[in-house]
Amino acid sequence: MEDSAIQRTPFYEMHVQHRGRMVPFAGWEMPVQYEGIKAEHLAVRRSAGLFDVSHMGEVDVKGPQATAFVQNLITNNVHKIVQNQCLYSPMCYENAGIVDDLLVYKHDSEHYMLVINASNVEKDFSWMQKNNSVNAELKNISNETAQLAVQGPRALAILQTLTSANLESIKTFWFQMIELSGVRVLASRTGYTGEDGFELYFPPEHAKTVWNAIVNAGSSEGLQPTGLGARDSLRLEAGLMLYGNDIDENSTPFEAPLKWTVDLNTEFIGKKALQQNPPNKKLVGFELLEKAVARHGNPVVINGNEAGVVTSGGYSPLLEKSIGLAYVPVDHPETFQIRIRKEKDVEAKKCGYRFYKRKKKEIA
Amino acid sequence: MKFTKEHEWVNVVDGMVTVGISDFAQKALGDVVSVELPKVGKTFKQGESMAIVDSMKASSDVYAPLSGNIAEVNNELVNHAQWVNESPYEKGWMVKIKIADSKEMDSLMDETAYNEFCAKQPAH
Repeated sequence: MEDSAIQRTPFYEMHVQHRGRMVPFAGWEMPVQYEGIKAEHLAVRRSAGLFDVSHMGEVDVKGPQATAFVQNLITNNVHKIVQNQCLYSPMCYENAGIVDDLLVYKHDSEHYMLVINASNVEKDFSWMQKNNSVNAELKNISNETAQLAVQGPRALAILQTLTSANLESIKTFWFQMIELSGVRVLASRTGYTGEDGFELYFPPEHAKTVWNAIVNAGSSEGLQPTGLGARDSLRLEAGLMLYGNDIDENSTPFEAPLKWTVDLNTEFIGKKALQQNPPNKKLVGFELLEKAVARHGNPVVINGNEAGVVTSGGYSPLLEKSIGLAYVPVDHPETFQIRIRKEKDVEAKKCGYRFYKRKKKEIA
Repeated sequence: MKFTKEHEWVNVVDGMVTVGISDFAQKALGDVVSVELPKVGKTFKQGESMAIVDSMKASSDVYAPLSGNIAEVNNELVNHAQWVNESPYEKGWMVKIKIADSKEMDSLMDETAYNEFCAKQPAH
């Protein structure tokens, strides 16, 4: 995208104020870091982080056929959720390649909000329009929606000081319309970090009010504005897929570790291909056994041959290890090499793709 | 101390140069998480990649500022990669090179010239 077309979120001023290092990302000028990726990463694991995720896209789906439309679009079963619940799902092409992964918010059976990746908004919206034989009302509301994520073990306590709504009663993957610092926001107990936390959606004109309220409420708790750098390292540690890296039109939910998001008892685009074609490859986690860092695109070497590819790689500040995700053949050994440079193969050991799992609090 | 356009610094003592990356470079890279150093005895030509610095964001080459032989490497850095950020000119040194051709020194910048050069770089 040309620089002239680059967009700024309603939080741009706040990023500059917090000395965010601004970089172009998916057509947006976004903070990659403020203080430093490691410090921000650890703040989210130990206290809380505040993320501007307004670059994400939102599509409103309305009408008597809204449920039918959503079900045809996604591989997961939309009937699993009720009003005020969220559902994670891929949406696929006919050949089961992934168009995007999204969060479905059910306002009611005739009104949903679909949250999609920034880099895919135009592609996704035209795919939805093309696959709307039931005539649901579709509206791209991305530009009318500001979004913040507050993530970390202290996220709930910080936000609770700003609202009279009982946030503890909003369970994981549920949402509620609440008033936060006098602003009506959609608050969902969701996120992309592996921590407890909330994602907040509201009109952009309230950007400053909400941002400042959260920063002030969080200052004594160690809340830090957190950039895209830590967002990526956090989601990798938690084993959450990144579209364009770990999943794309050349991978299916069965090749990625997303089998749990596919319900073959429903009808959806790509179902036939998923039933008929066995997976060609498998996404696995790995850790490097030497000091080096694997990166997206590095070949995986098995028995001297390039037989796979790293989809995400990085350093885990929490585990203090180099970790990554890679597609390898369905039959693969427990150890292999990562070709991090032309003449350098580094030993790697396969492991689970969820490198970090938070200890769930006992909730009565 | 002299500098290259690739943001290495060199310090010369009796035909032996100590090499690291500049404060400007470490700030641009952000958190350094590992450093991959060459083996002692290896020979590099000026401008060849001789080491890798891995930050949270990316992996970057460190180029040989001068031709020569690797005489010593800072093995401590392997377990203390953060020294590149915390102390780029002292604890963060990377290698010592026995240089082959002292005339190559003429291609390096002094501190004033380097600071001017950095001021013209786009902000990271």
